[in-house]
Amino acid sequence: MEKGRIVLGCLAPHPPHLVYAENPEQNEPFSEGGWETLRWGYNKLARKLKNIDYDVMVIFTPHWATYIGTHFLGLPKFNSLSVDPIFPNIFRYKYDLTVDVELAEAMEKSASDSGIITKMMRNPDFRIDYGTITSCHMLNPDWDKPIVTISSNRNAHYYSGEVMNEQATALGEACLKAIEESGKKVVLVSSHSLSHRHFVTESPLPEDMSREHIYNHSQYVWDMKMVGMMRDGKMREVVDIMPEYTEQTIAETEAGGLTWMMAAMNFPQYPAEIYGYQSVIGTGNAIVAWDPNSETREIVL
Amino acid sequence: MSTKSNILFGIYCPPHPQPLLAPELNQGYGNLRSAYDTLKTRIEESGADIILVYSTTWPSIVGHQIQAHPEPEWTHVDDDFHFLGSMPYKFKIDSDFSNEYMEAAKKRGLHSRTVAYDGFPIDTGSIVALSLLNPDNKIPACIISSNMYSNRSETIVLGKAANDALSTQGKKAVVVVVASLSNRMFTEHINPSEDRIHSPKDDEWNRKILEFFKDGRLEDLSQLSRDIHGQIRIQKVAAYKPVWWMAATMGQHNNYDGEILAYEALHGSGGAIIQLTPSDGSVGDKEFDEDDVEYYQGDRNVLGQGAL
Ligand SMILES: [Fe+2]
Repeated sequence: MEKGRIVLGCLAPHPPHLVYAENPEQNEPFSEGGWETLRWGYNKLARKLKNIDYDVMVIFTPHWATYIGTHFLGLPKFNSLSVDPIFPNIFRYKYDLTVDVELAEAMEKSASDSGIITKMMRNPDFRIDYGTITSCHMLNPDWDKPIVTISSNRNAHYYSGEVMNEQATALGEACLKAIEESGKKVVLVSSHSLSHRHFVTESPLPEDMSREHIYNHSQYVWDMKMVGMMRDGKMREVVDIMPEYTEQTIAETEAGGLTWMMAAMNFPQYPAEIYGYQSVIGTGNAIVAWDPNSETREIVL
Repeated sequence: MSTKSNILFGIYCPPHPQPLLAPELNQGYGNLRSAYDTLKTRIEESGADIILVYSTTWPSIVGHQIQAHPEPEWTHVDDDFHFLGSMPYKFKIDSDFSNEYMEAAKKRGLHSRTVAYDGFPIDTGSIVALSLLNPDNKIPACIISSNMYSNRSETIVLGKAANDALSTQGKKAVVVVVASLSNRMFTEHINPSEDRIHSPKDDEWNRKILEFFKDGRLEDLSQLSRDIHGQIRIQKVAAYKPVWWMAATMGQHNNYDGEILAYEALHGSGGAIIQLTPSDGSVGDKEFDEDDVEYYQGDRNVLGQGAL
C-alpha cells in the first residue's frame, strides 16, 4: 500500500455569517450577501480542492470543546439541524454528512499510543458543531467527501498557551502517523478565526457591510504579522509566537488547531497561499492554504 | 425586606450531567440527585409563578440572550460526557416574561435579545437543572445566558433587570443559578467511583464558600467574586459571574437562610446544591467596597482619557 499523505492544509475560518451570506438551500435564514472578500476567497480555494485528489477531510474544531482529552467522531453518518448558539438568527443549517470512521479510529489509536488522552464519540444523537459545518461547507459545498472531526482539548484554559502548543503538536504528529499508515490522501482543516474579539452588538441587518470592521487596530496589526509570516513560509516561527499572539488578540488559535495542523505538516517552510482576510463582527479571519506540492502551489493574493 | 421580595428562594446547582444521567455511578452523584429531588418538591409547593435559570454553560456574545421559545424540544448530548447518554427535553418557557426581561435589560442600558428557534441548542447546565427541578413542567421557566465578555457591572445590572421584570409582571420566582464552585475537572477519564475534588486547595475554597452560603452571606460572596475567580476557576471567561447575578437578582444583602443540601465532586469539580431563602436576620456588617451600579454605561474609554 502506498503511504498516505496530507495533500493540503487549510486555515478555514467558520463565522456562520459566511454560510448565511451564501444562501445555500441547507440554511434557513435568507441574506442579502456580505463578507465577499472571504467568500470569494473560499470559492477559489474550493475550486482548487476540486482539482486535488483526496479521500477525506480531517477537521479540528474549537466548537467541540472538550476538557477531558481529545475526542473523535466515531459513527459513519450524522444528519440533523445545527442551530448556532451565538448567532441563531443567521445559522439554522440542515446537515447530512459522512464520517471516515476507520481513519478516525486510527488517529485516535495513534494519539492514545503516544500518551494523549482520547475518546471516540459514538452517541448517535450528538450534534455536529457549527465550526465543522461552516468550514466544510465553504470548502466543499457538495459534501461529497467524508470527514473526521477532532475536538479541541482546552489546554490553554487549564494550563497555558505553551502547554496547548506542546499537546497540539503531539496530536498533529500522531495524526500524521495514522494518516501515513492509512494509505489515504487527506486534506487537513484548521477551523478558526485569527484575532477573536467580537462586537457585542449586531446591526439590524447583520450583512450591512457599512458596519463591519476589525475590533481594534492592535488586532489588525497582530493578524497582519501572522499572515505575513505565513506568506513568508515561517510556520515554525508562527507556532513559536502563538502563545503571545493568542493572549494579545484573544485569538481563536487558543483551541490548538493551527498548531495541530502545522505539526502534522512538519511546520512548512514554503509560502502559504493567501485567499483573503476580512473581519466578521469584529474578529479577524484569514483563509490560507499550505500546498506541499510545489508544482501546484500558487501565489494567490 | 423579605416580605416584598419577588424571589421566594434561590438555588445554586452544578451543570454536570452525572446526577441526571448516572446517579448510580458514585454515591456523591446520588446525593446530588437526592438534593435535586428535595428541591423539586419544595419548588412545587412554593407557589412560584416562574423558575428563572441563569446558566454559566450558555455563553452569549451578542448582548444577553434570553430563551423565549414557548416549548423548546430536542435531544441534547454533552460535548465531554456523551458516553453517559442523551438528554431528551421539552420545556415550558414563559415567553411573556422573557420579552419583559429583555425590555427591562434594555432600559438599564444592556444589549439584550430573545431567542426562539426550533432546535436551538439549550446548554447542558440548563437541561440538567430544569429536567431535575421541574420534570413535569409544572412551572414555566426562563433561561438567561452568560455573556462571555460581560464583567461585574453588566452582570449586576442584568440581575437587577430580572427583578424589574418580575415586579412589572407581579410574578414570584424561584431563581436557579447553574454553576460549579471550583471548576477544574480531571483532564483524564476516571473511574466514577473514585471521583474526588481535584485538589485540597479547591476543596478548602469550596468549603469556605459554602460557609458563606450557609450563613446567608450572598452579598459578601458577591464582593468576593473576583478572589474566587482567581483562586478556583479556570480562566475560560472574564470573571466568576454567577454570584453577582444571583445577589443582584435576590436583593444585594446578607439576609438569607442558607442550606447546603449536597456538596460532592463531579469529575473533580465542586458541585454544590444550595438553597437560599430570604429572611429577616442578618449576618455580619461588612463594608461593601465595590460600587453598586444601576445602569450599564458600556466600557469606559480609559485609553482615550487623560491623553495630552
Ligand atoms: Fe468560532
